[in-house]
Amino acid sequence: MSSNAITVPGVQIDEKPWVDTLHEWVTTVDHKRLGVLYILYALLFLVIAGVEALIIRIQLMFPHNHFVSPEVFNRLFTLHGTTMVFFMGMPILFGFANYLVPLMIGARDMAFPRLNAFSFWLSALGGFLLYFSLVGANGLYGAGNAPDVGWWAYAPLTARAFSPGHSTDYWTLALLVSGFGSIGTAINIIATILCMRCPGMKLNRMPLLAWLNLVMAGMVLIAVSPLTAAQAMLLIDRYLGGHFFDTQAGGSAVLWMHFFWIFGHPEVYILIIPCFAFMSEIIPVFSRKPIFGYPVMVAATLCIGFVSMSVWAHHMFSVGMNSYANSFFTITTMAVGVPTGIKIFNWLGTMWGGRIQFKVPMLFCIAFLFQFLIAGLTGVMLGSAAFASQLTLSYFVVAHFHYTLVGGVVFAVFAAICYWYPKITGRMLNETLGKLHFWLFLIGFHLTFDLMHFPGLLGMPRRIYTYEPGRGWNTLNLLISIGGFIQAIAILLFVANLIISYFKGAKAGNDPWDAWTLEWATSSPPPAYNFASIPVVASRRPLWDLKHPEDPDSRYE
Amino acid sequence: MSAMANSYPQAPANWALPDRGKVAMAGLIIAESAIFTIFVVAYLFYVGKSLTGPSPREVLETPIFYTICLLSSSLTVHLAAKSLARDRVGAFLGLWVLTIVLGGAFMYGTAQEWHRLIYEHGLTISTNLFGTTYYSLVGLHAFHVTAGLLMLSMVAIFALVGRVGVQHSRRVEVLSMYWHFVDAVWVVVFTVVYVVGR
Repeated sequence: MSSNAITVPGVQIDEKPWVDTLHEWVTTVDHKRLGVLYILYALLFLVIAGVEALIIRIQLMFPHNHFVSPEVFNRLFTLHGTTMVFFMGMPILFGFANYLVPLMIGARDMAFPRLNAFSFWLSALGGFLLYFSLVGANGLYGAGNAPDVGWWAYAPLTARAFSPGHSTDYWTLALLVSGFGSIGTAINIIATILCMRCPGMKLNRMPLLAWLNLVMAGMVLIAVSPLTAAQAMLLIDRYLGGHFFDTQAGGSAVLWMHFFWIFGHPEVYILIIPCFAFMSEIIPVFSRKPIFGYPVMVAATLCIGFVSMSVWAHHMFSVGMNSYANSFFTITTMAVGVPTGIKIFNWLGTMWGGRIQFKVPMLFCIAFLFQFLIAGLTGVMLGSAAFASQLTLSYFVVAHFHYTLVGGVVFAVFAAICYWYPKITGRMLNETLGKLHFWLFLIGFHLTFDLMHFPGLLGMPRRIYTYEPGRGWNTLNLLISIGGFIQAIAILLFVANLIISYFKGAKAGNDPWDAWTLEWATSSPPPAYNFASIPVVASRRPLWDLKHPEDPDSRYE
Repeated sequence: MSAMANSYPQAPANWALPDRGKVAMAGLIIAESAIFTIFVVAYLFYVGKSLTGPSPREVLETPIFYTICLLSSSLTVHLAAKSLARDRVGAFLGLWVLTIVLGGAFMYGTAQEWHRLIYEHGLTISTNLFGTTYYSLVGLHAFHVTAGLLMLSMVAIFALVGRVGVQHSRRVEVLSMYWHFVDAVWVVVFTVVYVVGR
């Protein structure tokens, strides 16, 4: 990331050998490089877990298909779920937080650069451990194996008797290690936002992206730690003969479910809140209006953060909790929809009356709004204990959470990549390829996940490796699989666009979108020190103030 | 860029932000509290659910002396940090070493208790649910005390060779926050294991 901010005339800089460049990247403590490493690492796992999803869909394309064995099918959905949540979703959002937060608050780096590097390499080790189980799970002399206990790994499936070998241990260690990495990064984000802001950047002037990542990091501290504790207990059970989840000795399988979902539900908000942050930065810029209802956005985010900590057992309506618990978790689940709805209205309010520019990032944002709304509505349906008892463990649930995670998180991540790619690389993405990618992915997404609700309603259970013909599921499953392949083609186009534009794209300049936050005040890509002189801000849109000295925002705050 | 930099508005007169070390330690303490909460919940959930003996009532003895040692080390570490902030390095070193001795005494107490439970009562982590939850919760706390002692000892070594001065007082205060946390957790563990759990 050579700086073009300061050039010394008359000094010739030789091209560095690639080993030096590699060494610089591996030993880097620069928040921008670590952010890029996080993002590339996550994109790698997006492709790996995407291929797993395609194999799953090939297997389910036709009834009585024999593309993979039942055992392999179990391993595939376990790896797909674990990878997408822990090694694609979290790292890519941490990557953007790493890259953008210091730039947006006018800092030169994160609060703890070395902790930052340490956390990244821990996460990387976690992903490596998970996939090392493919060769090492039965010892090196044995055939490969992989975890096959599902991403939530319910007891007693994880007991030694039912999971011999080490595949479950690699799963446990992978999550434990990457969990430590997540906690380290979360602490770093909080310390950066609270302690490294440039002069004048009061909390109520921070870009919403910084605010939302602050809430996300706080949730990581409270939600990922229980998973760490539960994984430690599982290791004690498996290696030291403990009885935490051993029902033969009085232990409880339901306790594991509680511990897992105390992590698991806040986790989906940890994944979606940074996506809300992308929306809150991108929609105003392409609507040419400041964000509507800034304080309400912050309040709604904090509200989601608190309420989402008390909804976890809506994943467990069918295990036989008492009616008071069912009612409580139904009510809290409904309640979390309220602040989320407020946010959607705020984004619509931002677009309302704006001069909307339909650039590729904005297209992804608009699709996000529609899709996340639908995902939220099926979420409210499933949040009702009576309804969930009918449809739990069916494809309706699979359709619901893929609608949030693909229709929500993945679309938002594409929006973010298209929006900040010029800042990160200094080149514009190709607009035509981008639009093609958007429309293909949109069509593939809706073909797959709109239709997936229906086999669920018709009674198709999740996690089955095949099914009987003549239940009305055949055509739907075929179309769902075809949609999956359309999405895969769209992602290939996207990757091609990333690579082609990196070499051939038009030069971006400092501020290609005419935006208002501080990252656009520095060069693209930013120099290692970010800002030659630390900026001072007097409003929520510091670049607007610079560009419009006759009518700055600071006059109205 | 430079043209832009010149047009930045005036910096506010008093611009002070919190200390990043303290904020980070507060974050770590929140995360650790969540981990301990899960272990405490597991302990409470499994009280009286063991299918075989021995039970806590039969074998546990309340470690009052060692608890007093650990809790008073919170006071000494606080006074040590205060002394360093006032540049009284001698007093700091004395109180700091006293903290390590008190923490070490507590660890000795835990070791003795575990030795007694294992060799006299045959209670190990795999004996029953009580053993599993007891050794995990108390062991998790003991692990944190040990980590704290290692860090305290590192500072003590630096102080003995004269490398710790008033300029390190903020860092020492961050470490003292951690030690207070370890002590506070013991209050919870003590209540759960030796009062409620029996």
